[in-house]
Amino acid sequence: MTHWLTAEEWQAVELSLRVSSWATVVSLPFGIFVAYALARWRFPGRQLLNGVVHLPLILPPVVTGYLLLLTFGRRGPIGHFLYETFGIVFAFRWTGAALATGIMAFPLMVRAIRLAVEAVDPKLEQAAGTLGANRAMVFVTVTLPLILPGILAGSVLAFARAMGEFGATITFVSNIPGQTQTLPSAIYTVLQVPDGEAQAMRLVLISVVIAMAALFASEALARAVARRIGA
Amino acid sequence: MSLSVSFRHRFEGTSLDIAFEAPGGLTALFGHSGAGKTTVVNAVAGLLRPDEGHIAAGGAVLFDSASRTFLPTHRRRLGYVFQDARLFPHLSVRSNLLYGRRFAPKEERKAPTGAAPDAEIARVIDMLGLGNLLDRRPRMLSGGERQRVALGRAILSKPRLLLMDEPLAALDDARKEEILPYLERLRDETALPILYVSHSASEIARLATTVVLVSGGRVTAAGPTARILADPALAGALGVREAGAILRVTVAAQEEDGLTRLDGPAGPLWLPRIEAMPGTALRVRVLAQDVMLALDRPERVSALNAMPATVSALHEGAGPGVMVQLDVRGTPLLARVTRRSATALGLREGLELHAVLKAVSVASGNIGAGDGELSAAS
Repeated sequence: MTHWLTAEEWQAVELSLRVSSWATVVSLPFGIFVAYALARWRFPGRQLLNGVVHLPLILPPVVTGYLLLLTFGRRGPIGHFLYETFGIVFAFRWTGAALATGIMAFPLMVRAIRLAVEAVDPKLEQAAGTLGANRAMVFVTVTLPLILPGILAGSVLAFARAMGEFGATITFVSNIPGQTQTLPSAIYTVLQVPDGEAQAMRLVLISVVIAMAALFASEALARAVARRIGA
Repeated sequence: MSLSVSFRHRFEGTSLDIAFEAPGGLTALFGHSGAGKTTVVNAVAGLLRPDEGHIAAGGAVLFDSASRTFLPTHRRRLGYVFQDARLFPHLSVRSNLLYGRRFAPKEERKAPTGAAPDAEIARVIDMLGLGNLLDRRPRMLSGGERQRVALGRAILSKPRLLLMDEPLAALDDARKEEILPYLERLRDETALPILYVSHSASEIARLATTVVLVSGGRVTAAGPTARILADPALAGALGVREAGAILRVTVAAQEEDGLTRLDGPAGPLWLPRIEAMPGTALRVRVLAQDVMLALDRPERVSALNAMPATVSALHEGAGPGVMVQLDVRGTPLLARVTRRSATALGLREGLELHAVLKAVSVASGNIGAGDGELSAAS
């Protein structure tokens, strides 16, 4: 691999995979919770929550990145608190890239899972209740297995979105090779250099391969899950 | 174990005011669509919280508005068999059957006789004929098989009370005939009280120990099945074409020409071959419209069954018919005749005559397993 990829390019690929994986895995529990709440619960502020979740989808990514910088930067209210209390830093670190891509991908994840939750017949959950299962058990034994395809779809969508995230990431954590330079940032960088097209082309190819691999893997998984749950 | 229900509830412009006691066995809630039957079952299940009232099952208070008690559904220990089986599509039949078991209290998972818990599971699987289906998915099952699995799942959750909301309504007649014997066995072989919603008079005639008639959100009549079904004044509520008394009989002999002789308090009765051993207790529903009345003992007619009877009550409905209650040696029987015939025969209370029944008029669907609790005398 290193024969046709420079160390710096390889770093960008590895960083993108790491950032996107973390962004997907960490946001998944929140995604399931928010999707379930939006699909099943009626509470004041539900529309507001729905709006906030969708905000990254409709705002310019630069705005999202800037808002993240204001709140999660070293001087931002949350960023300052996290640094003082836990020593966690987001600004200009790969963790910040994971946060930015995770937030950008969150609406897609929630939408996919919410659709799956809405497709589960509440009568099945009711039946589980009459058989003695409390709400938590109903969720774990009935709802969760039935929305598994939606969770998979949402995760793959979120992962793909995270791999391609550019605007919010570069605004929030800049474009530091080895630290915050993800695949899209790297492509952007080489395109700024004269005669960088060949290099950019290789990175673009890698992007396409990773995206297709993720898609095929998710399709195969979804088929396996569908067989298992008898859908 | 008994069920005591008394509540008032108001919703969407209608109101319910329901009160009845179910002594055990199978209690049928009978009424037309929209009468409020499902609401009653949902209130017992805890899927609906009534405005006020008191609901108790076997001594356990499930709902009491005075003390603000409302036991959540999952702690009520019920088995609820829905009209649509509601099996879990992601689980095999076996896992569906065992789903509720893990939530039952540990000490009750053992059979009371000390038999291994597995023996009880095997018994239920055997009773419902599910042995060959255990590894299948619900989507691979027929409608009747699904309802049997739903029934098994409910029983195996070790409920204190079984609720069934028109479990046969979505099935065709053949599938109904497939399930009815299982329900009869459940009624006769277990002590589990059952609350059964139905709008089919033939179902309640075969299954019910007690009948509760519901109409317009009120209980209009309640009592032992034999008494309710033989009440000429209630025939209209059941539907005049569906009205008919129940005779409790035992199989006496299989005769050579293909008939079965049945003995009962009303005297012998001959019906087309019933596949049952002599001594088997049966309940036979005799539709009022199949019973003919004759002032003299009929001679030279094809009908095989002629029973001496006394007119005990007459009830004129809105239509051209008259519902006649007969006393056949202490057993009530209903006959429906036209008003013109009633006048021609001079029908009045106390008149002695003969009730005539064609052997072939009793459909096999109206013959079911008898239970000891059904009292023939009203």
